[in-house]
Amino acid sequence: MSLIKDDRKVADIFTRIDNDAAMPESGSVLVTAERLEAEWEALASRADPVGVIWPNNRPVVDLAPYLSGLAVVALVFPIFRDGRAYTQARHLRERHGYAGELRATGNVLRDQFLMMHRAGFDAFEVTKPGDDDAFTEALRRYTMFYQPAVDGRQTVLRQRLHSRGIG
Amino acid sequence: MYIYDQFDRTFLQQRVAEFSDQVERRLAGQLTEDEFKVLRLMNGVYLQLHAYMLRICIPYGTLSSAQLRMLAHVARTYDRNYGHFTTRQNIQYNWIALKDLPSAMADLATVGIHGIQTSGNCIRNTTTDHRAGAVAGEVDDPRVWAEIIRQWSTNHPEFTYLPRKFKIAVSAAEEDRAAVLVHDIGLRLLDDGNGRAVFRVMVGGGLGRTPFVGKVIRENLAPEHLLSYLEAILRVYNAEGRRDNIYKARIKILVHELGAEEFSRRVEAEWESIRDGYLKLDEVAISDIRSRFRYPDFEALQDAPSELVAALMNPAFARWHENSVGRHKVPGYAIVTLSLKPVGGPPGDATAEQMDAIADLADRYGFGEIRVAHEQNLCLPHVRQKDLPELWRELDAIGVATPNVDFITDIISCPGLDYCALANARSIPLAEALTERFADLDRAKNIGRLHVNISGCINACGHHHIGHIGILGVEKNGQEFYQLTLGGKADENAALGQLLGPAVPYDGVVDVIERVVDTYLDLRQGEDEIFVDAVKRLGVAPFKERAYVAD
Repeated sequence: MSLIKDDRKVADIFTRIDNDAAMPESGSVLVTAERLEAEWEALASRADPVGVIWPNNRPVVDLAPYLSGLAVVALVFPIFRDGRAYTQARHLRERHGYAGELRATGNVLRDQFLMMHRAGFDAFEVTKPGDDDAFTEALRRYTMFYQPAVDGRQTVLRQRLHSRGIG
Repeated sequence: MYIYDQFDRTFLQQRVAEFSDQVERRLAGQLTEDEFKVLRLMNGVYLQLHAYMLRICIPYGTLSSAQLRMLAHVARTYDRNYGHFTTRQNIQYNWIALKDLPSAMADLATVGIHGIQTSGNCIRNTTTDHRAGAVAGEVDDPRVWAEIIRQWSTNHPEFTYLPRKFKIAVSAAEEDRAAVLVHDIGLRLLDDGNGRAVFRVMVGGGLGRTPFVGKVIRENLAPEHLLSYLEAILRVYNAEGRRDNIYKARIKILVHELGAEEFSRRVEAEWESIRDGYLKLDEVAISDIRSRFRYPDFEALQDAPSELVAALMNPAFARWHENSVGRHKVPGYAIVTLSLKPVGGPPGDATAEQMDAIADLADRYGFGEIRVAHEQNLCLPHVRQKDLPELWRELDAIGVATPNVDFITDIISCPGLDYCALANARSIPLAEALTERFADLDRAKNIGRLHVNISGCINACGHHHIGHIGILGVEKNGQEFYQLTLGGKADENAALGQLLGPAVPYDGVVDVIERVVDTYLDLRQGEDEIFVDAVKRLGVAPFKERAYVAD
């Protein structure tokens, strides 16, 4: 598995802690939603960063109380064609103002990188061989975007108006 | 006509390049069939019974003559010389080889047409009234709004992996010719009483195995809020639509399970948080889209010019004129429907030669513009009335002047078992048999307005639920049977048909329909009471009583 963050391959400093695993004394951890809710006080007092893996069938409004204490929110694509996490990502970024790492995890493939990026993801757990090296190319595949999204890329309309000296 | 500029063309080239790369990776084994399937579907590529099928969208049903010629070129070069127009203003090619797809797509892209989002669980081609901009009484041109929706929904970063496909239709005229009530979202442009256009928003309509008529969830939506409101609907659906069962995944099921009121409440809550955000359409944005539509430079003419009046002495011309020519909003002009429903032919097919000839006629007589109708016919929306006699001779020569528009032989049909991997039964041969039985034009005219819709399976691509007579192919012990429904309607008073009675084997369908029609002729209150109104008045019982009894 490769982790791509801010367009580069990086080491993943987070350890995944399952529901029944022991919590290490120190180090960055990525916990389940259940543990986040049950053990928040202890998690919030840790010196090292804490993140959560949030399932795609729960609204992220439930995550709102914890967001300021989280370094990573990992949203799940159980299969690449299950697109619920795109909506969760936009809610986190646009409604809840979450500015930390937003990680795509699960069945994360190169043909979806750009849409994920546009929806607000900035970190990608990539498992398919070759897809990590194709990341930069995938993000540059398009220069034309018809609708505004989280990424701030200029829309076709704005480009067009700009080219005419309007706006 | 909406004119593509360099930005739209660049986008299309990038899309073609992306798909070419995906085809290469599939052929090299880097993409699994499961991964590739979703990507090819979103480019309009289906795997059918015998070959790949390519579905090309014709946004809001408007084509230029150059685009139609390119459709002819693709039919001739990569397929078997014909294309099939569908009920959603698309064209399908049934015999394209996978290796030819990128070339066909690149050719189409040169004239700004493509198969993007004609399939897959994404927002599909936004459709509208094929008479938009030509018919009187519209508060605004619905194509402008369909184009705004098309742009917003293209490669949408949030709504490309929805629970299921998603179809939007817009109409603005008094008569709804876009079947907006049987779409996931239906939009009607209405006058708010002060000459300002506003939208009525309907959700949860649809056919398939659980048909519903859409429910109104909002009245008087100001146009500047259209996209934020659509985004709110789609967002609720993307988050909450069912993904556990493909047959319950359409938005109509979510609306039905939550109830329209609760669904509407959730949409409104979502909308409140985004309505004044970056999707709000300002006048600059709307006028930019509007300015890219080119309208014909109409001459100042009078209705009923002498050329037309003289030609009406010819009974064959007069028959066609009465049937296939509609009123235009500009005096001296007319809207001409080209019937793709010849007797004994498959509904909605056009050959490359026909497409080329129609493109030439559009240039000569119709400002180079062609429309594709939801009923699988073509249309020249702006023809000078004095040109009608000449145009008629030319259309007749290429076989698209059958005066059967809206008659019993103007059949809507899916491709059925002859092409489709999902079908249980044949559709096209049945349609052909029906057109032969009712080939007599006087008889068809006497029967009057009667829409027959045929689907080869429960997925309802032939919209059988909303046919005045609906025919659904089912399989019984390995044999083709057909269920008949009566009284369906696709218009502004959309209704689902009622089951007539037991399913009928293939060989019996035409006879049963003939007896249903004879019953109507016996029971109607004069010629003004069309078939579907008689069914509404009488119910199904008197038809059922006679339909199954051989004479």
